[in-house]
Amino acid sequence: MTTSSNLLWLIALPLFSSAILILSGKRANSWGHVLATIVSASSFTIGVVEFFAMHGRSDANRAVTQKIFTWISVGSLNVDASLMLDQLSICFVLLITGVGTLIHVYSISYMSHDHDRRRFFAYLNFFIASMLLLVLGDSYLNLYVGWEGVGLASYLLIGFWNQKPAYATAAKKAFIANRIGDVGLSIAIMIAFATFGDVSFAGIKEHADEASSTQLTAIGLMLLLAACGKSAQFPLQSWLGDAMAGPTPVSALIHAATMVTAGVYLITRSNFIFDEAPIAQLMVLVVGGITLLFGAVIGMAKDDIKKALAASTMSQIGYMILATGLGPIGYAFAIMHLLTHGFFKASMFLGAGSVMHGMKDEVNMRKFGGIGKFMPFTALTFGLGYLAIIGVPPFSGFYSKDKIIETAFNAGGIKGIALGMATLLGAVITAFYMTRVVILTFFGNERWGHKDEPAESPALMLIPIGLLSIGSIAAGFIFSKGDGLVNWLQPVVNPLKEHHAEEFLPPIIVSLMTLVAVMIGLTVAILKYRGDQVAQAPEKVSVLVSAARRDLFQDEFNEAVFMRPGQSLIKILLNLDYILIDGLVRSVAATSLSAGVRLRTLQTGYVRSYALMMVIGALALVTTIWVVTA
Amino acid sequence: MLIAPSLTYSLLAPILIVLAGALIGVLVEAFLGKTHRPAIQLTISIGSLLLALQQLWQIRDSSSLTAAVNSVTIDKAGIFLQATIVLLSLAAVLLIADQENFVAQASAIPGSIEERSALEQKNQQTEIFPLFLFAVAGMMLFTIASDLITLFVALEVFSLPLYLLAGLSRRRRLLSQEAALKYFLLGAYSSAFFLFGSAFLYGYSGTISLSGISAAAGNGNDIFLLIGIIFVSVGLLFKISAVPFHSWTPDVYQGAPTPITGFMAACTKVAAFGAILRIFYVGFAQSQTQWRPIITVIAIITMLFGSLVAIAQRDVKRMLAYSSIAHAGFLLSGVVALNKDGLAASLFYLFAYGFATLAAFGIITLIRDSTGEVTDLNRWVGLGRKSPLVSAAFAFLLLSFAGIPLTAGFVGKFAIFSAAYKSGNISLVVVGVLASAIAAFFYIRVIIMIFFTDPVNNSVSVIIPSIKSKVSIVASMIISIALGIAPSLVLTTASNFANFVK
Repeated sequence: MTTSSNLLWLIALPLFSSAILILSGKRANSWGHVLATIVSASSFTIGVVEFFAMHGRSDANRAVTQKIFTWISVGSLNVDASLMLDQLSICFVLLITGVGTLIHVYSISYMSHDHDRRRFFAYLNFFIASMLLLVLGDSYLNLYVGWEGVGLASYLLIGFWNQKPAYATAAKKAFIANRIGDVGLSIAIMIAFATFGDVSFAGIKEHADEASSTQLTAIGLMLLLAACGKSAQFPLQSWLGDAMAGPTPVSALIHAATMVTAGVYLITRSNFIFDEAPIAQLMVLVVGGITLLFGAVIGMAKDDIKKALAASTMSQIGYMILATGLGPIGYAFAIMHLLTHGFFKASMFLGAGSVMHGMKDEVNMRKFGGIGKFMPFTALTFGLGYLAIIGVPPFSGFYSKDKIIETAFNAGGIKGIALGMATLLGAVITAFYMTRVVILTFFGNERWGHKDEPAESPALMLIPIGLLSIGSIAAGFIFSKGDGLVNWLQPVVNPLKEHHAEEFLPPIIVSLMTLVAVMIGLTVAILKYRGDQVAQAPEKVSVLVSAARRDLFQDEFNEAVFMRPGQSLIKILLNLDYILIDGLVRSVAATSLSAGVRLRTLQTGYVRSYALMMVIGALALVTTIWVVTA
Repeated sequence: MLIAPSLTYSLLAPILIVLAGALIGVLVEAFLGKTHRPAIQLTISIGSLLLALQQLWQIRDSSSLTAAVNSVTIDKAGIFLQATIVLLSLAAVLLIADQENFVAQASAIPGSIEERSALEQKNQQTEIFPLFLFAVAGMMLFTIASDLITLFVALEVFSLPLYLLAGLSRRRRLLSQEAALKYFLLGAYSSAFFLFGSAFLYGYSGTISLSGISAAAGNGNDIFLLIGIIFVSVGLLFKISAVPFHSWTPDVYQGAPTPITGFMAACTKVAAFGAILRIFYVGFAQSQTQWRPIITVIAIITMLFGSLVAIAQRDVKRMLAYSSIAHAGFLLSGVVALNKDGLAASLFYLFAYGFATLAAFGIITLIRDSTGEVTDLNRWVGLGRKSPLVSAAFAFLLLSFAGIPLTAGFVGKFAIFSAAYKSGNISLVVVGVLASAIAAFFYIRVIIMIFFTDPVNNSVSVIIPSIKSKVSIVASMIISIALGIAPSLVLTTASNFANFVK
């Protein structure tokens, strides 16, 4: 396998820059953000160079590795800290660093009034470095380091404005939900080590067919749990909405380029396990299907523009997870949707940030309206992202989503029909709620209730949005031209060149059905939200709407099922600890103390009694030995 | 006619250099004026110790049974022990050089006019330096002596100066003199036991050399041998403060000037354990089935007694005295182990314990009020707020005594218990671990008092140490911390040097 010495720099640059920004304190206030952005751009440049180098090599030689040092060498566990860049990870590297850099640029302006901007950029760099380590690690253990780093970075960034208790709580919530997933990943690694004696991707891939199906299913399910945590999939989805507490660029970063994509990466990377573990794969489909509808339903009811977008992320990641559950043919489509989603979701989040910037940090769409004519560029780019996400041809979302729906229908039998219908229904709802967002924000009557007209954001914010919009328009077409991305990823995710022989429905029919679905959602939304709206949300609403407004009771569910029983359990354990263990310790301590106090009286201070004690001691020894030898 | 003995001076040079330093010190004391004396005495002491260390380095690979007509054995373990004593003495002499702790004129009656005038005129006598060097030379000889007479002579050479030094405290002089007298009386008493035991051994084997006694074991009336072993052991167990021969320890540790307490606690332990290890590993190895159960029992009683009584102490110096008793118990496990691992572990343990002890007593000298050192633990409450650095250093040393991982104490205990375990003394190991847990209780209680209790009395403060004390304490701290982080440096050396020539 080819080696390269550039891979380390990809990670090291942002990592060092992050350390420099943290350690140099206020001195870096004036130039910290510039350094962070340059570093991120440099990583992107390295990524591009590596991509072209990789593109120039033949299929079999495309992956490159770099061993940094021998990390763990204990008994039969040998793990090197080494990196691997192959066709799959290069996609992520380019997405993370490319979109990441644009978000850096955007943040320079967006965070310019925040006196902690330097710290913000330090965290951004750390986030990028962790995510790069996650996708570049050549073993589950290396991946795990990046995985934890991403968890920490997201905690720091979501709670960046931790002076507001609600935001600090949101950060904690994200962290805890992620920890549950992390436990899954660590257990998966342990089972993998117990089964294969190895934790590297290459080693496990080679021996995957030797393990029993129970072991593979266990690993697969645990990996799925991990993916659910990071990618906000059912049942660990609850943190995603609250994570909107972070500054808007963070939301863009988490939702488009990093963090939530990690779960999709993990499952795709572990294709050799899931392909051998049908039960785990079925669970992946179930989780993906539920989440895509779950997120879509919540998205319909949200009035907070960022929360509506967050719900749509949950739903779109659901599509990707579902695609990864479809087996070898699905992985490439999942990645394609992930990449296109990276563009349009980032552009929409940054667009939402731009709207908030113009609207003095207002996020309630009921108090927007008619912003389009004041912020034309934002409206235009948001519109392009909107067309992409609902899947209107020829925008990028159409290509990727259409492929997933088609593959879902082709999964065969009842399963295929159920999955196909779910994805189709998801498309209807997506079209509905995204149209709602666009109408409420950019069209209709002005409802903001004050005289200040919103002004377009500065160029430094608009340029990144513009660049991302190009991706929203063209990415899908480029990736699917001549099955480019599918062929590119094929050596990693589908080495046997598996194709479904039977087509349940011809592609053209699926495309037409999708278009019809989109038109239905769009039309319903236009009919419902045309004309003037009021600035208050209606209070008399159906049960479903009020449920969706409360995130389908996800928090209530977690509180009732996990939190309260958990707290009771902790109380019981605490009492047990206090009475039983502490009691034992305390009584030992008390006994020791009283023994000490009593023995202390031997110390009279008189030499004569000391001498007597010595004589008695010596005589006792002589007697003992006499008895022993006699 | 008496034939002059032939001596291999190069091998004896380390001891001879220290003795020469001591003799020069006596002359300096007699003929030089008070202004330059302290500096010159300190220079002589440090110089002779450094020279001795250099000589030890020169002979590090030598071994000889006949360096001084069969009365000393030069071997690896002996050289390691001597080097340990010299290194510890280097740190100790810097603490001792802070004359603030010592009486100006030892002969002046406590509270008398002479005493006051000597202080006022700064007429400070400096005989502590030669006394200290004599003690060091005696200790060095004690670890390499290979016959009973040399052992006895060495024992007296290092004990007599210590009796005197213990009585030289400037403050609380009566307590100090009482301690010195107790130490002297009981020391003389234990020496009598030692001599008595030596007579029995000579009577049994017809020789005073350790290897001769070993060779004679098994021929004749064993009860003579066993009584001899026991009485000689009593003399040695007294020096290491094993229960029930420990009773002098708390009184003397408390009464003696703190730097001397530190020196005694660290170096006497090394010297006495050096001799015990040699006697039991070389001289009595053949009779192990008889003495092993006895020493095991003593080790167990010592560990438990030291740990338990330490809990009830309210004075930091007394607490460390009981802690040193408990540590003697732990170290006896290494004697009972009677294998190479046990010897190596004991060597490491002595090295690590010595520096931690010196640093701890060094820190105690810094904590004072207007009348001098404050050793009442109740007045240490809340010290962590006032002087976080010194308190943290002391807390680290306590954790090391307790044997918490990442400290030298942990490595030492682990090594010594695993050696005892390998030799089959599982009950000893179990009790040892339990005693360690009890011991942890009182060490950590002190940490809680220092850091987690609100201060009640503001008169206690940490003085800024003189440069000499500072060097000594900082060096000992650095060694203690380094031994915890990278124990293999000394552990490997100890293992390479764990070898007695028979």
